[in-house]
Amino acid sequence: MKQPPALAVSKPTKSGFAAGLPLPDGWICVITLITALTLIPVAVLVSSLFAPERDIWMHFVEYQLPQLLTNTFLLVLGVGLSVAVIGIALAWLTAVCDFPGRKQFSWALLLPLAIPAYVTAFVAIGLLDFTGPIQTFTREYWGPIKFPEIRSGGGVIAVMTLALYPYVYLVARNAFLTQGKHAIEVAQSLGFSPTIGFFRVALPMARPWIVGGVMLALMEVLADFGTVAAFNYDTFTTAMYKAWFSLFSLQAASQLASLLIMFVLIVVMAEQQTRTRVRYNQVGRHSVQNRIQLTGKRAWLATTFCSAILIFGFIVPVIQLLLWASEVVRQDLDERYFNFLAHSLMLGFLASLLVVMAALFLSYGVRHKTNWMLRMMVRIATIGYALPGAVLAVGIFIPVAWLDNKLVTAGWIHAPLLEGSLLVMLLAYLIRFLAVAHNPIDSQMHRITRSMDEAARSLGVTATQLIALVHVPMLRAGLITGAALVFVDVIKEMPITLMTRPFGWDTLAVRVFEMTSAGEWNRAALPAVALILAGLVPIFVLTKFRLK
Amino acid sequence: MTKKQKLLLHFSIFTATVAAITMTMVATAAEIVVYSARNEQLIKPLFDAYTKETGVSIKFVTDKEGALLQKIKAEGVNTLADVLITSDAGNLWQASNLGLLQSVQSKTLLHNIPANLRDPLGQWFGLSVRARTIVYNRNKVKRSDLSTYADLGQSKWRARLCLRTSKSVYNQSLVAMMIQEYGEPKTEKIVQSWVVNLATTPFPDDNRAMSAVAAGQCDVTIVNTYYYGALMKKVSNLPLDIFWPNQGVGESGVHVNISGAGVTRYAKNKAAAIRFIEWMSSEKAQNLFADANMEYPVNSMVQADPAVAIWGKFKKNSLNVVKAGELQAAAVKLMDRAKYQ
Repeated sequence: MKQPPALAVSKPTKSGFAAGLPLPDGWICVITLITALTLIPVAVLVSSLFAPERDIWMHFVEYQLPQLLTNTFLLVLGVGLSVAVIGIALAWLTAVCDFPGRKQFSWALLLPLAIPAYVTAFVAIGLLDFTGPIQTFTREYWGPIKFPEIRSGGGVIAVMTLALYPYVYLVARNAFLTQGKHAIEVAQSLGFSPTIGFFRVALPMARPWIVGGVMLALMEVLADFGTVAAFNYDTFTTAMYKAWFSLFSLQAASQLASLLIMFVLIVVMAEQQTRTRVRYNQVGRHSVQNRIQLTGKRAWLATTFCSAILIFGFIVPVIQLLLWASEVVRQDLDERYFNFLAHSLMLGFLASLLVVMAALFLSYGVRHKTNWMLRMMVRIATIGYALPGAVLAVGIFIPVAWLDNKLVTAGWIHAPLLEGSLLVMLLAYLIRFLAVAHNPIDSQMHRITRSMDEAARSLGVTATQLIALVHVPMLRAGLITGAALVFVDVIKEMPITLMTRPFGWDTLAVRVFEMTSAGEWNRAALPAVALILAGLVPIFVLTKFRLK
Repeated sequence: MTKKQKLLLHFSIFTATVAAITMTMVATAAEIVVYSARNEQLIKPLFDAYTKETGVSIKFVTDKEGALLQKIKAEGVNTLADVLITSDAGNLWQASNLGLLQSVQSKTLLHNIPANLRDPLGQWFGLSVRARTIVYNRNKVKRSDLSTYADLGQSKWRARLCLRTSKSVYNQSLVAMMIQEYGEPKTEKIVQSWVVNLATTPFPDDNRAMSAVAAGQCDVTIVNTYYYGALMKKVSNLPLDIFWPNQGVGESGVHVNISGAGVTRYAKNKAAAIRFIEWMSSEKAQNLFADANMEYPVNSMVQADPAVAIWGKFKKNSLNVVKAGELQAAAVKLMDRAKYQ
């Protein structure tokens, strides 16, 4: 049997990525600074390991962890598989094939990004639970029917999949757009069917992007508390909250968080190991011209599939939220909403700029310096995304307050200055969301070949010119994707925003918190709708500049 | 004027302005900073009323209890907070336990607030009372079948009970108070019997538990009264009624908890902070505090909101709510052992 060609996959030479232009010293300083900064909260959390909480651990090991770990494992497995399958399928359909509605779907399928997962969760439960309109209706007309329980493992997996598949869709689509059709053509020229071309060429080539997207989704699953709490589905994160809020031991919560950090690091490093053995280079730039035309049943199936995801992931939740919001809009909507919206947008904008810049620096650092220390540090620097926000928020706040107190003692300032400053807030977002920008940028970075650098070098360009003229245009897709993802994530973020915001600096997410913490879900719908509207801004930018 | 002189003039104007602003800030140091786990929509009207009456302005920030406590702890001696407001005695006890609050001597507070609804050390004070009681479906349950919390574990309630999750601090406090009253072994048996009787997985909030009762998924649940009040106001014709458990002779009464406040240990404006808490416990402010959330005033001189009073009078548990904090960890572990999710 013929082997499909190992397209553009070459073994790295000994010098590997380290070749290319040396980075200016200033860059190395910045990279070290960024990593050091992100390591602080991790260090705060890990330091808890030195003071064991024996009682709580014994209790957890006996009564909680077996169940929680099983639940977490099932959740990670279920969401991981389903976001991969759905994300890849949608990406392939919209990037390489053609069917009715493809153009519209290609941007619309990003919309669920704008809805926080816990909101989708609440809507899903509201609609599908025993007390919801659907079951109530069937009960009244046909008597009691046994429905599958929405508040179950399957329910959580479904909701999280609908909320998180865009991470995979976005990056996989990008990969397929630039190389998918080409891969198929090569496969076809060798006598393979498109199906085999997809599985044996296009999919393996897109692997680093897809894995990156799935990783982001899974880190968010591990960090999530709001969604699982709505389902009363206990995970490892639940244990952290229980240790902290119920058993009053932040110590034990930090210890659990440390274990999570180690686990995620091991997984990420293992994935990195398998990835670095091969290099993925982009073979020229290909726009998809001759799409695979789907006809008849297949076209109909493709349209139905895309519609279904869009309807359940976006349209239904938004309609439900609009209905709820319309009940309270008169009572609650006032001029303060301009402020909430402005604050949200401003934070999203500034944070995405900062985080993308930082991710770019890190990505370069790893590209040019392959020593394992730096790599390891970059991995740890992006761990913030896998940690429950509330736990990370404390890990950030403690050192900030410490520094404030030192400054006051030293007489430099009269009252705490750093906490509640915009600067600290943005740095906190950086620590939390670095992975979100780093993943797409770093995957894109792998596409810049050594030979490009060498060619540029032979023309006598400086490092900075090389970056500005050659790299940035090539990284553009990754940069915009990273920025857009950070933007939506920041405006949805709650615990860090709550803990580090200046007095009176409320955002839409803070509004959602105020209402949901009192169980007033309909009133939360108003800020939630505004939040979704704000989230459409980066998605619009993404569509405009990337999906042409 | 030369350029230099002009510059100098501008500079002095600027300095003078800054100085003036700083001076006014010092002069009107009548400002308190509040960290609140009680929602903005509940406290803001109260703060506005206080500012209007006294001229003292209030700066505040809201967050979850756990986060606020860590915030005050990390800020240490330089904390910005003068007052901590939070719901649930367990949280207040924990604040005091972490050394974040200070004892306050105030005759007004001792007079306005019953002894069992404030810290014996004077570190925190209840400002409103919330009762955790039984709500049932009046089409499916005879009132005479109901009696106590423990009774909900009887076999007649098999597959008829709905509960909110044990992760809710309100249930943790309820069970903590039961431990204080019955001891751990007996309480554990009661909680186990509840779990056996559950009709479905516990709910994340009181509202959903009540909706399930109204829809007939189960017949009876345990909730805080203000959630019942809010739900009945919002949805008309729900077949739900309130029942006050543990009212019999020798029984200890309905489980009550508080929303309250304390002065932080390193408050910069201690006197102003105390005055503010005193004001909140006073007759004129109590309705503003409690009625906003359909809770009961803590000050016995103040009548509850008519919409609340209509639920009837009942015997309240008179144990000091400080026990809810002291025994909270024990209660959580007990509920874990009983597999109450």
